[in-house]
Order: sequence, then C-alpha cells, then structure tokens
Amino acid sequence: MPPPASSIAVRAEALVKTFGSTRALDGVDLEIPAGTVLGLLGPNGAGKTTTVRILTTLLKPDSGRAFVAGHDVVADPDAVRRSIGLSGQYAAVDEHLTGYENLYMVGRLYGMSRSAASSRARELISRFRLNDAGDRPAKTYSGGMRRRLDLAGALVAEPAVVVLDEPTTGLDPRGRMDTWDVIGELVADGTTVLLTTQYLEEADQLANKILVIDHGKVIAAGTADELKAQVGGERLEIVVVEQTELATTARVLAEVGSDEPVTEDLQRRVQVKVDTGPKALVEALRRLDQEGVSVLDVALHRPTLDDVFLALTGHVAEEAQQADEKKKAKGRKAKTQ
Amino acid sequence: MSVISAGTRDSGVVTWRNLMNVRRQPDLLLGATLQPIMFVLLFSFVFANSIGDDPSAYREFLMGGIFAQTVAFNSAYTTIGMAADLEKGVIDRFRSLPMTRAAVLVGRTASDLAVSAIGLLVMSICGLLVGWRIRGSFIDAIGAYLMLLLFSFAMSWIGAWIGLVSGSVQVAQSAGFIWMFPVTFISSAFVSASSMPGPLKAVAEWNPVTAIADAARSLFGNARPGVLGQSDAWPAHHSVLYALVSSLAVLVIFAPLAVAKYRKVASK
Repeated sequence: MPPPASSIAVRAEALVKTFGSTRALDGVDLEIPAGTVLGLLGPNGAGKTTTVRILTTLLKPDSGRAFVAGHDVVADPDAVRRSIGLSGQYAAVDEHLTGYENLYMVGRLYGMSRSAASSRARELISRFRLNDAGDRPAKTYSGGMRRRLDLAGALVAEPAVVVLDEPTTGLDPRGRMDTWDVIGELVADGTTVLLTTQYLEEADQLANKILVIDHGKVIAAGTADELKAQVGGERLEIVVVEQTELATTARVLAEVGSDEPVTEDLQRRVQVKVDTGPKALVEALRRLDQEGVSVLDVALHRPTLDDVFLALTGHVAEEAQQADEKKKAKGRKAKTQ
Repeated sequence: MSVISAGTRDSGVVTWRNLMNVRRQPDLLLGATLQPIMFVLLFSFVFANSIGDDPSAYREFLMGGIFAQTVAFNSAYTTIGMAADLEKGVIDRFRSLPMTRAAVLVGRTASDLAVSAIGLLVMSICGLLVGWRIRGSFIDAIGAYLMLLLFSFAMSWIGAWIGLVSGSVQVAQSAGFIWMFPVTFISSAFVSASSMPGPLKAVAEWNPVTAIADAARSLFGNARPGVLGQSDAWPAHHSVLYALVSSLAVLVIFAPLAVAKYRKVASK
C-alpha cells in the first residue's frame, strides 16, 4: 500500500536511551515524509546507530515514541519489521553462503515462497551487478561487493522504508560511488530512506533533508545548502611562491572573500571563506595575476562535517569525542574515589 | 499462515543456512568426528589393558561412555556457533526480519543435531573396527541412537544459553568446553561410578551422562566387565527411564532460558 506523498513514513518523538551513565540519545525527534531521504549526520558515538537500532526494533527506547510506516516500534515490532529493510554498517552477510543464497534466505525469512524468494534473489543479483559472483561464496567478495549484497538484502521484500546505517564507511571511492548510485535508484523508486553517515558530502548527495546529531541531540536540521550557509560556504586557499607576496594576496582575498582572510607566514598560505565558490576562485586568480603574484598552489575546500560542527558547536567533531572520553575518565575516577 | 507453520519454515531456513556453513567449511566437522575417534582409540589401547583382564571386554563397555560423552560435547559446538553469529551481526540481521524469534535457536540446535548424528555414525564405525558390536535387538539399537540424539539436542540448548551469555567467541570457546570435562568424567562413561570416593560417587550416580552411557550399553547389549562394580543407586537400575527424564528436564529448563536470553541479548 503506497502511502500518499504527503504522509509521514517515519516519526520519532523525544527518544531517550541511556547505557549505564552515558546518555546515548537525549530527546531525539525526527520525521521523514514518505518517499524522501533523511540523512542523519554526526561523528562516531553521536547517537546515529542507537537511533537506527530503535527504529528497526533492535533496541527499546527508555522513553519517547517512534512509528515506522504507521506502526509503533515498541508495541508492534513485527509490523515494523515487515515494513523495513536494514543494511548495517558491518555487512551482516553470511560469508559462507553465496550471494544468491544470502538473498534467498532473507526472502524466505520475510515469508516469501521458495519460488518468489528465488526469483527475487536472482533479480537483485543482476540489479546489483553481482551476476558473475552470484554463485560464489560471499567471502570471495570485495568490500564493495559485500556492501552491495548487504544493501540488496535490505531490499528483498521491497520495504516501504529502508534504513542504511553508514552504507559507505570503509569503502574505497569506487565502492562509495557504486553505493551512491544504488541509493539514488532507490529514491527514484519512491522508497523512504533513513541514511546515517559521517560525511556531509554523502548526505549532500543523497538526502533531501539532513539532521546533525551530537551527544544524542539534534543540533541542526535543514537541507545541505542551509547547513552550508550556516558554515559560510567554501574556503579558498592560496599558497604563493614568496613571503613578500602574502600581503598583496591577503588584500585580494579580502575583496573576494566573505570574511577576514587568515595568513600563515611560514606556509606562505592565505585562506578565506567564500560564498560564490568557483567564481570566487577564478576572480581571485585573475586579480592575483594582474598584481603579478606567483601562485604556487590553489584549492577550494567545500565545507566538511568538521566545518559544520565547528560552526554549529564551536568545536570540531574529534575534539568533541576527546572531551567525551575525558569526561568519562573523570566519571570513572570520581566513582573510584 | 499459522504461527506454527511460520515457525517451522523459519527454523528450517536457519537450519539450512547453518548446514550450508558446515558443508562449505568441512573442518567444522573435525571437532565433532576426530575427537570421539581419538577417545575411542586412546581409551581402547591405553586404558583397556590396565582395566581388568580382558581388554576387549573394556572396549565393549567403553563405547557406551564415549557415545554419551560425544553427544554431551554437542553443547559446546552450539555455544560457539551461537556466540559467532552474535559477534558477526548475523543475529542482528535476523532480529530485524519479521521472522519467528525462536527460529534462530531452533535452527541452531537442529543443525547441531544433524552434525551430532554424523559424529555418532563415524564413531560407530570406529567402534566396530576396535571390536565393539551391537548385541541387542535392532529395535533396541534404534532406541539407543534416538536416546543419544535426544540427549544431544537437550545439551545443545544448554550450549545455546551459554553461547548467548558469553558475549564473545573467545569467551564461548572456553566457557563452552570447560564444564564438559567434569560433567563427562564424573560419570560412569569410562569407569564405574561405584568406585569413586563419597561425594563424587553421588554426583556420578545421578549424573545424566552416567544414565546415558549405561542406557546405551544396555540397549546395545554391551556387558559390564566384572571388575567394574555395579552401582546401587536408583538411576543405575532405571538407566533408560532416567536418561529420558533427565534429557526432557534439561530441555524444559534450558529451552525457555535460552529463548528468554535471546530476546534480551541484543535489546539491552
């Protein structure tokens, strides 16, 4: 039963989950309109996987409510399981079964008949470009192939909602592009997708809306462009040949950029935030050329997750984790005293 | 579809998956087949000459004990299989599917039962080679194998519970095996229970492994060598009945424990 386009496929209200003294989720709300992709973005330990585990009925929340395809995850987990497909960050592929057998098994466990499970498995094997490998044990697969197989496993029953927990973590660039293509096709088919990732670029590519999560709380929400606007667009970086050219370079970049340029003398580098991206780059290079500055290196950096974090929280993601560990260590000390 | 037929189908699918794993990694069968062969040969040729005057009589006695020991060890394989599935995230995959909860456990214990049956077959052949014979009736012999398999299945559920409690394959590898040694050796599997010192004797006489070994001997028609005394305890005189009752008791206690632990284990 395809829900009307305006309906909400996934809704979570004030989810809280604690593990011992750690508050993994501290009141998370989210809503995914049917047929759209929500990207859940955050560093390791931010609460992404805990959210996924609650929405896929693997974990019960301490408080709060969640509905997937209209079913309560706590009261009616079986109905939720029938409506979802999960692809985990560690590919839960049985490495001694062939690709085909893995998908066949999943199909049977969704309650499909032998023949339906078999033809669906064959169909997905060819759709995920595993034709040559479909009858080989999965342990012979590359990382990217395993991930594709795991992804295919989530789609066996053509679920209304697909949950992808860090689908590209640990993949090489080619594997990542492959996976993005598949997710793109899914979205085109009208499937609702919840995607967790550590990469802004990935959320940017795939998600209609992004939630940034840190310390179990949603700290920002919006489209990729809205989030980037908060960060302040891209960063232009120029390295010059002579230190004496730095002053001129800084002057030029101050005119092109949207912020005060930062000069690093030793590295002979000047950086500035820009709003217009490549246009600003071209403009800067043209003017530097007119001023006779010899440019050694030039780069335009798009905002990374770290930049988003820096802008939103005033600290970078790694620091957040370190601070967290320090806090935990302190907590332990306090307990032993 | 009814709950029972869905449960049977799901258990069947998991059993199939586990058996495919065994087929693709035949070395998994080594533990279940080589170890009993080793025990048959070691006890037959190292011990048999020191126990009584007639080594062939001890070998005949020994086989029932090794059958009992082998099926008891089935629990350790279940422990490791369970822990491995848990560690690799296979259980999470299963738990996110709309399948019957207990099917993962039923599938695991059912496939281990099949492996156990292969072990019994290999061991029987090995026993025949060292002089063991089935001297009872055909029906009794079938009964003996069925009783051994029932006990194997029951032990498997203890193993499943331990595997779920262990939390990692490393822990499961020791936790699964360590308790097997006292359980199988403080019994009449290899010697007479009646010759053990006081408390050990009581434990051995009421140990289900003793009953399984004694019942197998009696059903296969294998005599006890004269030097090995007969125990006076109740189980010794009702070994088949006690073997069945204790197997069923283990099932009744540990199947619900394992299912409850399975429900809890990943939803903490």
